Amino acid sequence: MLDRAPAEIAKDTATRRVRFRGAGFVPDSSRHGGWIALALVIAIWQVAGSDGLVNPLFLPPPSAIARAIYQLAVSGALWQHVSASLLRIGVGWLLGTAAGVAVGFAIGLSRLARSVGITFISALFPIPKIALLPLLILWLGIGEEPKIATIALGVFFSTAISVYSGVDAVPRNLIRMAQSFNVPFATIVRKVIWPGALPAILAGFRITASVALLLVVSAEMIGAQYGIGAFVLQAGNLMQTDQLLAGVVILSVFGLAVGKVIGWLETRLLHWR
Amino acid sequence: MDLIANHISHRFGDLAVLDDVSFTVSAGEVVAIVGPSGCGKSTLLSILGGLLLPTSGAAELRGAPPADSLNPLTFVFQDFALLPWATVEENVEFPLLHAQLGAAQRRALVEDALRRTGLTDFRTTYPKQLSGGMRQRVGISRALAVRPAILLMDEPLSALDSQTRELLMEDFVRLLADGGMGAVYVTHNLEEAARLADRIVVLSRRPGRIREVVTVPMTRAARGEIAARERLLALQNQIWSLIRNEAIDAEREVQHA
Repeated sequence: MLDRAPAEIAKDTATRRVRFRGAGFVPDSSRHGGWIALALVIAIWQVAGSDGLVNPLFLPPPSAIARAIYQLAVSGALWQHVSASLLRIGVGWLLGTAAGVAVGFAIGLSRLARSVGITFISALFPIPKIALLPLLILWLGIGEEPKIATIALGVFFSTAISVYSGVDAVPRNLIRMAQSFNVPFATIVRKVIWPGALPAILAGFRITASVALLLVVSAEMIGAQYGIGAFVLQAGNLMQTDQLLAGVVILSVFGLAVGKVIGWLETRLLHWR
Repeated sequence: MDLIANHISHRFGDLAVLDDVSFTVSAGEVVAIVGPSGCGKSTLLSILGGLLLPTSGAAELRGAPPADSLNPLTFVFQDFALLPWATVEENVEFPLLHAQLGAAQRRALVEDALRRTGLTDFRTTYPKQLSGGMRQRVGISRALAVRPAILLMDEPLSALDSQTRELLMEDFVRLLADGGMGAVYVTHNLEEAARLADRIVVLSRRPGRIREVVTVPMTRAARGEIAARERLLALQNQIWSLIRNEAIDAEREVQHA
């Protein structure tokens, strides 16, 4: 520019707008986009099934699955299977979560518990918990206990890891601040560490809810008369694919419901973020 | 109550940070600590406030704290250290929760601290909704609520813009005006030191040793006058000449680290 002659600069008077080049990548989701996409997939699936483009034995149309769910509900079998699964998930998840939170906090707060706990968790966490079911049946009998124990074990490890990671992530300056006011250890845990770790703990709950769902189905497939897993296995053995997918849809709805509950909890408890 | 730095030395592993630092902060006195980056100013403050054990020497108290003081040595942190999940009022109340106080007494202390820092209308606000200056006001309010004998302030204004810094400095002058409360004020800003301190402890480059203790020859109230500005500037220049070369060396050292 500087080497241009003054006359040349004078001629260049036309203005042009600076081109907008972007404002960074902002992940933003549409409020109804997900539901519209889901509805679209279901509609295409239904049309493909109704027009005979897909063999209904391999992939029954959504209407057939809805009919199967309705029949299950009317017959009372739906509640029988769902209640059996819910009971196992509920008790297993609560036991695993309680133990995981306690151990996670111990690891996060105590040097001794950390050195012992992390070694055990690192060794045992990668083991597929369902592989332990036969052993648990041997120890606890063939009733509900081994299935609940399998779920509790699966939930325990993920919970413990998310809790001690959450405790580790609490800003140290807040703990120093509390110590500078001579706040007792128990109050620091209750008023600083617990709320500080809560985002990670709730994120862990999302994972453990899925783990519980996964394990209940696996456990019921191995040794149960009732439960969604047992129902799906039975439907598969009889080639009743509409019933099989009805079970899958129920599991999916259950997963969605748990996600909503945890989302609600996050909104209530983490409103300060 | 006096606070005494008694031959304090400190090392982080092989790194000597402080070397034989001794001075006394008398009751009601404001002492600023200045020095080049990395000279151990904040480390010294942590030791004085009992948040770090020195390698040798000790932080000592002489005399009894005021009868109503719930936490004689109270920090005001550079990064505010506010609980993000607590409202302004809850943050101010936090250090009082474990004190042997009735609910009405606690309420009165919180109200008084909020009023003194102009936060009464922000009691239900969360820290993320506040500007940096207002967040630091919450930190100061929390410190005042426990009726400290000596405030330990670790660069309390360094995270703030210059206008907010000016406003908060006026607040500090007002809060320290009655002489009932002392302070140790760590800063790299010589203007803040000259405006607030009765004495300025100048530390050398790491390991920090006391190079000089400069007495500010004016009352704090007088320092706000236009006529005093020239004398304060001269004082700042005097301190700057003490630390300039070491500050340059310290900066190069940090850049090469």
